[in-house]
Amino acid sequence: MIEITALTKRYGSHTVLDNIDFTVEPGSIAAIVGPSGAGKSTLFRCVNLLERPTSGTIRVDGQELTNLSRRELRVARRAIGTVFQSANLLRRLTAAQNVALPLEFLRLSDEEIHRRVRELLERVDMLHRANHYPGQLSGGQRQRIGIARGLATRPSVLLADEATSGLDPETTGSILRLLAGLRDDLGVTIVVITHEMDVVRSVADVVAQIDHGRIVEYGRVGDVVRRSDSALSTALLPDQPAPRPSADEVVWRLRYADATVDPNWLSRISRELGTDIALLSGLVETVGGDRAGRLTVGISAQLPAGKVTRAFAACGIRAHMTETADELAGVAS
Amino acid sequence: MTTHVLALGTPWSGVPALLFPAFGQSAEMVGIVMAIVILLGGPLGVLIFNTSPRGLAPHAQVNAVVSWIANLGRSLPFLVLMATIIPFTQLVVGTTIGIKAAIIPMSLAGIPFFARLMENAIREVPPEMLDVGVASGASRWQIIRSIQLTEALPGIVAGLTLNIIAMIEYSAIAGAIGAGGLGYLAINDGYEQFDGTIMIACIALLILIVQVIQFTGDRAVRSLLH
Repeated sequence: MIEITALTKRYGSHTVLDNIDFTVEPGSIAAIVGPSGAGKSTLFRCVNLLERPTSGTIRVDGQELTNLSRRELRVARRAIGTVFQSANLLRRLTAAQNVALPLEFLRLSDEEIHRRVRELLERVDMLHRANHYPGQLSGGQRQRIGIARGLATRPSVLLADEATSGLDPETTGSILRLLAGLRDDLGVTIVVITHEMDVVRSVADVVAQIDHGRIVEYGRVGDVVRRSDSALSTALLPDQPAPRPSADEVVWRLRYADATVDPNWLSRISRELGTDIALLSGLVETVGGDRAGRLTVGISAQLPAGKVTRAFAACGIRAHMTETADELAGVAS
Repeated sequence: MTTHVLALGTPWSGVPALLFPAFGQSAEMVGIVMAIVILLGGPLGVLIFNTSPRGLAPHAQVNAVVSWIANLGRSLPFLVLMATIIPFTQLVVGTTIGIKAAIIPMSLAGIPFFARLMENAIREVPPEMLDVGVASGASRWQIIRSIQLTEALPGIVAGLTLNIIAMIEYSAIAGAIGAGGLGYLAINDGYEQFDGTIMIACIALLILIVQVIQFTGDRAVRSLLH
């Protein structure tokens, strides 16, 4: 569990982090998103005390880190695993030696180190590359080794800074499944710093958007997605470009993010309204554990708008009619 | 001696008897000096880097002092340095001629040289690598040993190669104070006594030694880079 309270970091007169409050529940994945230069990386470096915060407190599993001595901090850091951007593997050490490094710092016996390195490499599915050097591994493989190294001290918390940036979608997917597995199997609390909304959609439980050093939006991913008026919500589930409906139809935009939405809603509502529904565009996926969708549909102009809205509402779907062709064009652009 | 042209003196068959002992003396001088240089210059380089703003324990004053010491040793041409410290040499080894006497100025020149090479090699290690150590709870000493020195090793070996070759050059200059070795043989027998055979033999051997050391060093660096 990570509790960040009133965290502020200044470099001279420049405030990089401004009074950040942020809590990550045990065994959950939190994503921190935001534009470049928003303070994401500084936040990452503050949480594992690579940078001393100017003020504020950081608690990991109840232990306050900011007032620890250097020696105490060294011990406390073992509870925090760190996965660096582009893995940061030592070039002159093999995959196995890289994973062993934090264990050697702990002065464990050779047999113990050997056993745990094997276990960790197995965990990240990289046992077959144990004796390869980083230069001989792909980006995704390096990141797996980086994750294994981050897990070496059996931390309760794992911080990952842009762990999937620069990886292809398939590799990103496999890394994210690995992280989700750590949360689900080992109960590791994970914070991922990312600029990729795919990462948030596929694994995060909570999301915080940071901009100009402040958290501007925060919430459970499922809740954020449901918000109709938020920038983060739109970024998470962008509207899809839609083709024009036929002349006698009006365009409705639908949005939902709720476990209670019946997957058969389209045919149910179609029957209830006694009309065909033209599916113009849409995105339906699982976000934050819930089904979430953003769709554009065409419905006969004959039907009263109130009736349509109520029919959708009954299924847990928010619907609103787009008034003009211009607005539709706006969706498409 | 009435002729002033470089003439062939010693017959070629007599060359090995002169050349091999001289080579042995050169190797002894350079070997002892390099041991001292690594022992003292290495830690000095680590200290210079780690007290710098990018190091593990930035300390402006300490850095300024060690940096100044390292610069001092490199500011004088070797011949000048050797002459300047004659009293010091006398004090430490009790003589101002011979191999023992050459070791003192050679070490004083070599230590700061190697310290700077060492500092540069460590500086080439990306700073994020140090973060890896800090974030996984390593002590400073563990970071120096397991991350800085490990990752900088190819650069350190390249620096050592450079340093050994520089020390061979200095050992030849030290020949001027009767230090012995190939430099002394070339100057004393070859140049002063116009013995062309010895001169050519010394030059050829020095070229060969430097080439072999550079080649070996380059190979070692390549094999250390993965």
